[in-house]
Amino acid sequence: MRRKFEIGFLVLLLFTAIISAQEKIQDTAKIVQLREVIVVNRESLNNKNQVKPLASIDEYLEKSNKITMIKRGNYAWEPAINNMVSDRISVTIDGMQIFGACTDKMDPITSYVDVSNLSEVHVKSGQQGAENGSTIGGGIDLKLQKGSFNKEVLNVGFDTGYETNGNAKIVSAELNFSNSNYFVNADAIYRKSDNYTAGGNMEIKFSQYEKYNISTVAGAKISKNGVIVGAIIFDNATNIGYPALTMDVSSAKALITSVSYQYQNKNSQISEWETKLYMNTITHVMDDTKRPDVPIHMDMPGWSDTYGFYSKMKVEKDKHSLLFNTNAYYNKALAEMTMYPSDPNENLMFMLTWPDVRTFYSGFYGEDDYKLNKNSNLKMTARIGFQNESIANDFGLNSLQIFYPNLDKNQQRFLMSISSQYQYQKNKFQFSGSVGYGERAPSVTEAYGFYLFNSFDNYDYIGNPYLNNEKSLEFNAAVNYTSKKFNLGVEGSYFYISEYIIGKLNPNYDRMTIGADGVKVYTALDNATIFTANFSSEYSISDAIRLDGLIGYSLGKGNDNDNLPLISPLNYRLMLRYKNNLFDAEFGMSGAEKQYNYSSVYGEDATNAYTVVNANASYAFYKGENKIFVKTGVENIFDRYYSTFADWKNIPRMGRNIFINVSFVIK
Amino acid sequence: MKFLKYILPAIFTLVFVSCSDDDNDIDTIDEVQDLLKVQEISNEKHTIEIYTETGKLVQGYNNLTIRIKDKSTQAFIENATITWKPMMHMTEMAHSCPKSDLVKVSGMQTVYNGFIIFQMAENQMEKWDLTFNYTINGIAYEAVDFIGVPASTKKTVTSVTGIDGVKYVLALIEPKNPAVKINDITIGLFKMENMMSFPVVENFKINLDPRMPSMGNHSSPNNQDLVYNAVTKLYDGKLSLTMTGYWKLNLMLRNQSNEILKGEAVTETNEASTLFLELEF
Repeated sequence: MRRKFEIGFLVLLLFTAIISAQEKIQDTAKIVQLREVIVVNRESLNNKNQVKPLASIDEYLEKSNKITMIKRGNYAWEPAINNMVSDRISVTIDGMQIFGACTDKMDPITSYVDVSNLSEVHVKSGQQGAENGSTIGGGIDLKLQKGSFNKEVLNVGFDTGYETNGNAKIVSAELNFSNSNYFVNADAIYRKSDNYTAGGNMEIKFSQYEKYNISTVAGAKISKNGVIVGAIIFDNATNIGYPALTMDVSSAKALITSVSYQYQNKNSQISEWETKLYMNTITHVMDDTKRPDVPIHMDMPGWSDTYGFYSKMKVEKDKHSLLFNTNAYYNKALAEMTMYPSDPNENLMFMLTWPDVRTFYSGFYGEDDYKLNKNSNLKMTARIGFQNESIANDFGLNSLQIFYPNLDKNQQRFLMSISSQYQYQKNKFQFSGSVGYGERAPSVTEAYGFYLFNSFDNYDYIGNPYLNNEKSLEFNAAVNYTSKKFNLGVEGSYFYISEYIIGKLNPNYDRMTIGADGVKVYTALDNATIFTANFSSEYSISDAIRLDGLIGYSLGKGNDNDNLPLISPLNYRLMLRYKNNLFDAEFGMSGAEKQYNYSSVYGEDATNAYTVVNANASYAFYKGENKIFVKTGVENIFDRYYSTFADWKNIPRMGRNIFINVSFVIK
Repeated sequence: MKFLKYILPAIFTLVFVSCSDDDNDIDTIDEVQDLLKVQEISNEKHTIEIYTETGKLVQGYNNLTIRIKDKSTQAFIENATITWKPMMHMTEMAHSCPKSDLVKVSGMQTVYNGFIIFQMAENQMEKWDLTFNYTINGIAYEAVDFIGVPASTKKTVTSVTGIDGVKYVLALIEPKNPAVKINDITIGLFKMENMMSFPVVENFKINLDPRMPSMGNHSSPNNQDLVYNAVTKLYDGKLSLTMTGYWKLNLMLRNQSNEILKGEAVTETNEASTLFLELEF
């Protein structure tokens, strides 16, 4: 453990020494709808950050209008866009593909980075999110924090945080340096939490976690327009409890590295051209050694390695803003399961749950943002991709051939997506409408999973390599009204998804997992529809006081008119905000209606309505250039016992929690 | 050409004889390359070498290869006609077991092959012996000796009495090397006519339901019941093993009228059939 840490640290230092650079800060505020930018960067500490500075990345994401977080415990929540989870969305880190190594989705990509690494998170709905990879629901791109060559900066920051619920401790440190030729951002963060308690002081056993994350991004200007940037992130979580599942994780490790060359020239037609090579490797060890009453002990380690590149070019020509992105990656996904019989003389029971699937994807994305006139523009995007999947392990191939005797070890897929978006803006009104078509390949689990137990519906799942690509036709419309006092917005999205991939019971197959109800095989519903709508408003009562509100509604149905699982019921948020110079206070409530449209077939029940109330306040103390920022607050003030539709097996959420974050910035 | 045909064996014999004068251990042909010797059974004239893949005999199915060495010439006999007779000497009685004929392996000069299914293992009081009766050039010989048949840790052979009152012996022959896949499974089925005679039972059917008792007794998909193969005179089916470990192969024996002679279906309340075989890997 310690050794691993030391090695990681050494690598980081080495990397820092070798690499350096510059990069221009991305302009991200152009489009209001369909794309959302969550600011994570702590440079803007006392700004309109809605979250505590040391909140987990999951808590940041949860504040997004478009994202819901599926919880299996207190760590590694799984983001969903438009009520669609991992397999249907594209999650990337600075454009890099990275895939979790856990067959049970206990390690979404967002769990391998931390707020210390990031500056922003870009959230795009539907096909607007297809820039970095094929998607149905949308894309999340986690932007790493990078220095700039524009200004001379040297600052050191320290943050500490404490939360009463779970006795959670957080410390982080960062160093930022930049001058006209080099920049370095280095940071480290450590978190540890014991079991949290739900409302009514109910301890949730196996909800503890511990993690650290260290990262360095460095850049060097090597010519007038050329920059080299290198980044390395090492993330190591241990002793993570998943109270909603039957297993925990003793270790989840990721090493994420990249090196890129960027060309920038504001005066040329090619304004930006970035080429990046990257590699990441994940090792995820799931086991149940700490659980007292299991019918049989088992280990389920998983590995996922990805190697890839992309080359992204921005071209400005007359009224056209063009973006081209050529990318390719190679992913290796392997997972095992070993069960230990109670009779020690018996041989171990071993299977491959992911049969060492090698996925090679290469694709091309093009985007043209065309300015029609001063009020409107039209954006067209298209992506084509070719994917080869290969089962590299004979043991795994033989295993799957039990179900599919004629299964070939290789298979090819062709994927495409296309979309167009029209935007119109005049005076206080803004309108946008889009239509898109997209396809995605089945995930490794959906195509090649072998007896993967889903604790939600209590079935073992078998992959289906003969699944067709899932296809989605989507429509989106949004209207915004902005005045000095008001900001009102309505947005709706409709997805018609054909060959919707989902597990269906096969009564001929006998369950493997002790206590499971049977076996489901991934099949395709003829079609399914998902509708999401939200209404948001901001009302400035005075210069200092603002009232924000949000109401969201979703509906998901299969062609058999059954409800789809994990679809949010009517939910709302209301927040009163006071801001006066260095002082900032918020009082908010959030809640949801009872979940009427639940999917009993997938193990859901009607989650009850709830409302929780939160309050927080922050203050920034300045001493010369240095700053101390303090934020404290209470979450779930009334210690409400509740769970939401997104809580795996109705695992209750955290009860009352008092937190304090203190940040020091020394310049 | 014709000359060569006659002269060559002579030359070989010469070479052979002259060589064997120098070194008695040299064999002209080695047809037991991939096999290991279990033991030798000798009489005054010959030594019979017994080989298996593992160099051991086991309770259950044994595929045996033998060759007969002339003690005086050290040459291997190529023209013997052999029968064999395994016998279990119990304290109260003696009996034999299912076996095939022992026949010369086609395409080979010196080796003879067959199988024996030892339905029980030896113990301190009760031992197996194996008798070879063979004729070479019209002269009959006999060789007999005790052989070691230790108990198998897993049940690979079983003798049961059907509801028809007949005693049957079932032995697992394949898979020899089980793997996580759809394995070919072969079972030998014999009936005990008397203490000495165990003929093959033809055209029955054996239902197969593999289970893992250590894993909540789960089954596996896409197994195929075993049916009679008239060529091999054995029963063939398909056995799916979804993971490594200990598997109990629950069986039901059905006669030509599809009546269940022995064994029961595995259900929620009935964990195992009384007719079963086992394997572990």
